[in-house]
Amino acid sequence: MSDIAISVENVSKMYRLGEVGTGTISHDLNRWVHRIRGKEDPYLKLGEENKRDTTGGGDYVWALKDVSFEVEQGQVLGIIGKNGAGKSTLLKLLSRVTAPTTGLIKAKGRIASLLEVGTGFHPELTGRENIFLNGAILGMTKPEIRSKFDEIVDFSGVARYVDTPVKRYSSGMYVRLAFAVAAFLEPEILIVDEVLAVGDAEFQKKCLGRMKDVSQNDGRTVLFVSHNMGAIKNLCHKTLVMKHGTVDTLVDTPSAIERYLSSDSDIDRCVKWVSDERPGDNTVRLNSIKVLDKTGDLDKTLTTDDDILVEIDYEVLDTVKDLRITVSLMGFDGEHIFSTSDFNYYNTSRVREKGTYSSTLKIPSKLLNLSRYYVSVNVEIPSVKSIVQAEIVSFNVEELIYNEMGVLLAIKPPGQIHPVLNWDVKKLN
Amino acid sequence: MNKHTGNWSIIIQPKQSLLDINFKEIWRYRDLIMLLVKRDFVAFYKQTILGPLWFAIQPILTTAVYVLLFNRVANISTDGAPPILFQMAGITCWMYFSEVLLKTSDTFITNANIFGKVYFPRIVIPLSIVLSSMIRLGIQLMLFLIVWTYYYFFTDVEMHITWAIAMLPVLVVLMGLQGLGLGIIISSLTSKYRDLKYLLTFGIQLLQFTTTVAYPLSATSGITRDIVGYHPFTAILETFRFGFLGSGAFYESYFIYCTIVTFVLLISGILIFNRVEKTFMDTV
Repeated sequence: MSDIAISVENVSKMYRLGEVGTGTISHDLNRWVHRIRGKEDPYLKLGEENKRDTTGGGDYVWALKDVSFEVEQGQVLGIIGKNGAGKSTLLKLLSRVTAPTTGLIKAKGRIASLLEVGTGFHPELTGRENIFLNGAILGMTKPEIRSKFDEIVDFSGVARYVDTPVKRYSSGMYVRLAFAVAAFLEPEILIVDEVLAVGDAEFQKKCLGRMKDVSQNDGRTVLFVSHNMGAIKNLCHKTLVMKHGTVDTLVDTPSAIERYLSSDSDIDRCVKWVSDERPGDNTVRLNSIKVLDKTGDLDKTLTTDDDILVEIDYEVLDTVKDLRITVSLMGFDGEHIFSTSDFNYYNTSRVREKGTYSSTLKIPSKLLNLSRYYVSVNVEIPSVKSIVQAEIVSFNVEELIYNEMGVLLAIKPPGQIHPVLNWDVKKLN
Repeated sequence: MNKHTGNWSIIIQPKQSLLDINFKEIWRYRDLIMLLVKRDFVAFYKQTILGPLWFAIQPILTTAVYVLLFNRVANISTDGAPPILFQMAGITCWMYFSEVLLKTSDTFITNANIFGKVYFPRIVIPLSIVLSSMIRLGIQLMLFLIVWTYYYFFTDVEMHITWAIAMLPVLVVLMGLQGLGLGIIISSLTSKYRDLKYLLTFGIQLLQFTTTVAYPLSATSGITRDIVGYHPFTAILETFRFGFLGSGAFYESYFIYCTIVTFVLLISGILIFNRVEKTFMDTV
């Protein structure tokens, strides 16, 4: 049995809803009076789940409730869950950004987080100065940084600009430099949250490689939070599924992904949001994602003979350039089948003015199999920022019209997809 | 269970006892303190022509205005010291204190961005402010010494250096710690209640005019003298001037009082800060 690197015991975290300010003094006083009398905190009502869509009783909500798990040394643990499931709160506790309300976390060795790269970068300082400053903020000592300096510069690929203030960097260079510093930290426990959403494809590959390196060769423990099932599958030995602030399950990665994707067993061909609930930021917010058949019907059974439309409605709140909406199609087990985006490489002015838009993807008929599929939608500005991550809808293809294997052979042909392709059969003699 | 018997190096739990301060950890982050000092210093004069000279321009202009206002117009005594030196001494000390106070009082709000992502002992930031302001104080003291040397050697103004000049390091530490203590108390409280922030700029002015920045303690009497004397900064200013200019006197009881107040402020500041730093991210 290998060593336990992190042990999380009954950890809960409570947040106050609404505005801080009005009423806080009276609550604080009330709490203080109760404590002096040796009573329990009157605002800590146990037993309320964190469901964002339902209105609960109190002003306080449990972002995490009774979370317990252990991570072995050298393990790469994936953490998945819907938005609001408590993943980020858990990471915040682990990286000691904030303290738990109750419970205990124990860890062996230094914990460093890549909650977001580039923390503490000062625009006026040069790349070199920022490497040192950022490294120190992340917990390295000066000699440690000095010994890694060349590697960091090398990895980031900004050697020519190392003595230029980072405010003159392109956003891509900035992110690369920032990630490079973090990647060469040598903590015993590394926490990674969604950093892979930034940078170009080549750089992402480098990052994933570096993470694999860190865990396999150096025997470090890595906690990896992502919506990217492919990356999770690739990197993680075990995966923790979170749901409504609690641990749903902690099992080997393939089973965890399957459970995560099928946890809402009812098929959801449409998700809609209103006002502030809408995922996104101050530039773009999603209104809805729908999976329709060619007539625009949401409820009709989809068949292999139907063109399937994935319609994403969103509002652009502020004129935006280079927006990219990506749809990833995944099989029932989370296997990534393909990704496609509305980014038009041949159109140079990819500007979208303020307004409401819809981007619709047509998945042609005679391509998919008789199966369940998941559609994961990402919205981002490549190399700059990620706006929406992995909002998921799912659908079933229920009637098989074309069976290329011959109807007698199997009802459901094998494989994730079942395209109708051209065969040429000739008699040769 | 056997596998659990390792030494845990990090234990994360809800608010610990008030006195739990990890000095070893702060020491481990000393490189960060130094780098932050360097950042503050370098970032201040990047893209300027005069560079660090800017640190000297502010006290020069302020001195000129104060001499004009308090000595030429209002004719307030300087206990026989040259007005320029008298005012410069007060301004140099006060600027250090007020800078430390102003900057540390903002710790949680201006650094919320970093604090929200990475853990390091939060006290590192106010400590680095005390030190980086000290560089600035050094430059301004140098300026003061240049002017002082001129008066001492090249004019016939009579100035007595006294033993109290040797107290300079103690005075600098007291000024820094007093600003730090008050600053982190305010920063801890403003992380939840913003009211104090609005009081501060105005409060600093009140503090300045109730201590002997622009006038000597000997110019006060009766109840005014008590108010000014029991201002914890007065003893520092009086001792400073007594050392360099021989004006005023060394008030022993005020000095002891000032030292006690400084440490009370500092210790209560650290305790409150320590308590707030764990969860301020939820309320800031």
